[in-house]
Amino acid sequence: MSELLLLLISTALVNNVVLIKFLGLCPAMGVSKSMDSALGMGMATTFVMTLASAASWALEHWLLEPLELTFLRILTFILVIASVVQFTEMFIKKASPGLYQSLGIYLPLITTNCAVLGVALLNVQQAYGFFWSVAYGFGSALGFTLVLMTFAGLRERIALARVPAAFAGSPIAFVTISLLALAFMGFSGLNV
Amino acid sequence: MLAAILSLTILGALLGLALGIASRLLHVETPPVQAELEAMLPGTNCGQCGFPGCSGAAAALAEGSAPPTCCPPGGKALAAAIAEKLGLSLDLSSLTDEGPKLATIAEDLCIGCCRCLKSCPTDAILGAPKQIHNILKEACTGCAACVDHCPTEAVVMQPVPVTLQHWVMPKPLAA
Amino acid sequence: MGLMEKFFGLSWGIHPEDHKRPAADAATRTMPVPERLFVSLSQHIGAPARPAVLVGQQVKKGDKLADPQGAVSAAIHAPTSGTVTAIGEIPAPHPSGLPVLAITLESDGKDEWAELQGCPDPFALEPAEISRRVAAAGVVGLGGATFPAALKLSLSQKSRVSTLIMNGGECEPYLSCDDRLMRDEAAAIVDGIRLMLHATGASEALVGIEDNKPEAIAAMSEAARPYAEVRIRPVPARYPMGSEKQLILVLTGQEVPADGRPGDVGVVVHNVGTARAVHEAIRHGRPLVSRLVTVNGACVGQPGNIFVPVGALVEEVLAFAGGLKKTPERLIMGGPMMGMSLPHARVPVVKGTSGILALDAAQVADRAQEPCIRCASCVRACPIGLLPLEMARHIQVGDLKGAVGVGLKDCIACGCCAYVCPSHIPLVQYFAHAKGEMAAQERARLRAEATRKLAQARSERLEREAREKAELAARRKAERAAAAAAAASASPAVTEGAQA
Repeated sequence: MSELLLLLISTALVNNVVLIKFLGLCPAMGVSKSMDSALGMGMATTFVMTLASAASWALEHWLLEPLELTFLRILTFILVIASVVQFTEMFIKKASPGLYQSLGIYLPLITTNCAVLGVALLNVQQAYGFFWSVAYGFGSALGFTLVLMTFAGLRERIALARVPAAFAGSPIAFVTISLLALAFMGFSGLNV
Repeated sequence: MLAAILSLTILGALLGLALGIASRLLHVETPPVQAELEAMLPGTNCGQCGFPGCSGAAAALAEGSAPPTCCPPGGKALAAAIAEKLGLSLDLSSLTDEGPKLATIAEDLCIGCCRCLKSCPTDAILGAPKQIHNILKEACTGCAACVDHCPTEAVVMQPVPVTLQHWVMPKPLAA
Repeated sequence: MGLMEKFFGLSWGIHPEDHKRPAADAATRTMPVPERLFVSLSQHIGAPARPAVLVGQQVKKGDKLADPQGAVSAAIHAPTSGTVTAIGEIPAPHPSGLPVLAITLESDGKDEWAELQGCPDPFALEPAEISRRVAAAGVVGLGGATFPAALKLSLSQKSRVSTLIMNGGECEPYLSCDDRLMRDEAAAIVDGIRLMLHATGASEALVGIEDNKPEAIAAMSEAARPYAEVRIRPVPARYPMGSEKQLILVLTGQEVPADGRPGDVGVVVHNVGTARAVHEAIRHGRPLVSRLVTVNGACVGQPGNIFVPVGALVEEVLAFAGGLKKTPERLIMGGPMMGMSLPHARVPVVKGTSGILALDAAQVADRAQEPCIRCASCVRACPIGLLPLEMARHIQVGDLKGAVGVGLKDCIACGCCAYVCPSHIPLVQYFAHAKGEMAAQERARLRAEATRKLAQARSERLEREAREKAELAARRKAERAAAAAAAASASPAVTEGAQA
């Protein structure tokens, strides 16, 4: 149990997908303008990532390995992820139209969120069991949500600040996220 | 080889089927955005946007071929509302909001031809043949539809004067 | 009141130097009626009044000059006897200097009252009748907001308020007209309070007076001694104690909800000056045509309180108060915290003019604005508990919605935040700007709605006309057909007859 907890902490903080592994940078820059949409995106990604981890584990162990088709791994994983995203989109549209509207174009973009595919592939690489795979996916998504929300909070403040013209917009956001990455480097000392 | 082709085909078919069923189960009636947009527009069909009436403009907005700033009588407020509805980010700098304007009739030029009366989308012009026309300030929307109909150029658009009730304290300059 | 406030005292507000004396101690003077008076038609909150006199008409003092127009409005009366010489635009007492409609009255020098109808026993009158008489006398709130008093009385009778709070706080620095009025005319004020109690149906009246006015407290306590229902309650001197929500909090311990009104906690607040005006209106039948104005500031020759007829020019009032010793750096109508800076002195005194301040450069202390250092002094000073620095930031980048999200609508524009700001940021000006912009957006929205209705009415009209035309055509056709049929049925007989 404690090992599972450690895995969660280490994936969320120490090996953060966005700031340490540099995966999923597109939504990190794109959907971080307001806390609301950052939370929505984080929740949607968490859902997709956890589900995709489980599905990809099943695919790997019950289809690709028995049939020796591991060269098809990326192809099949993308297929599964895209389907899960489609399903999530339909589900959110039904369950929460407001969130659906605020996520807008970014929801389908989770399909191409490299963090989702990256986590699925890393699961295989690390040869995790089913529960560990799911925990790894969930922890990574948690870390993703954490970064997205922290960054969105910072950007909400920056939107009010008077930024020099040359830095206004994306440049100051990049500077900020790099400082955030430096801060997260501090977690590497946790040594879990 | 065959196993690869078969397994991918079957996987794709299965997922497709699952999604198909899900889309049936989770079907949502999306309210037509066009109708909502049309309700937001002034409804005067003044034609300043370049589309055939407000419903045309709403259709163009819904499919994204018109910018949210396309309605001049609506001004900044409407542009912001439309942008929010469509989830677009709005660049207000392109919108030169010169403030509202109203049509006025120069009494010495008006010949009482009644041509402007029919063009007014809000029935704001009073007049009868051979009588000098007049425009009701409260009903005029400043759409300028009447301007081109006047044979003597008696209809002129004039900015609405700032009054005590409409005065807005200027924004202080930043330090 | 919160626990913190119970133990550590009030935490909001500021303590500006009050500068009230020596003007508050100088005896009250009465200004002679000037040759010409300019009576503005927008003397109150709400719709401007509609003129009820014609140019050239002779009026007596107290004759009605203008009728109220719309639900929130007040009548206006002649401040002296004379001739109406013009009805037109004059510069408004407003920072913008924009024109306002006004009635120009040329005094005949006699200052003759019209026939007045007083009432020796007003407590026999119906409460509604008192409200009606107050409305007829054109009484508005004299604290500065100039809300029609009669409307407030009848509204509070409807909402069954239990407590009438009289605002004698006068927390604005420099101003002392309420203080002076309470010292000189305590009996009239207490009578007015009792009349207002009768009109609203409230059971008790609490008169809140800041403890820096001991003379006023003494005079009012003396006058109110015979009446148990009128209680004088000294409150700590602190700006903005005279703001209605703050006074209610201190006197009753109840907080008015953010989007609510005092009526929601069973309270109604009136100014003490209004009480005197009500007394005058009911007992003597005199409409509100003059008021006590504090003339103060380093540039004024003899600072003090002066009874000024409504419509006298600020210039003339200043001249009567000993003239100007030097050119003022700034002219202010009202108090220094919430008053309006005037573009020039050729604007008329209105019913809401509580003070005229001619301040010199040292008193204005205009300092250059510097960047916000996020010290949160403004947060501590804000009596409502808002975050002025956040609001100003949102407004600076044009994010009005964000500003409303952090409480812009609850701002009372008291100016505490700007007063304490060590960077001299004109915070209140940001808020005034944002509120104006929001009002403009609201107007645009209403206008768009009205336009939609008009357009709809037009399309309905066109449809109706087309339908009527079609019906008419159909009817004509039917008539023609009937006529033809009749002719046809008649003609066969003829032909038959011919055949026979």
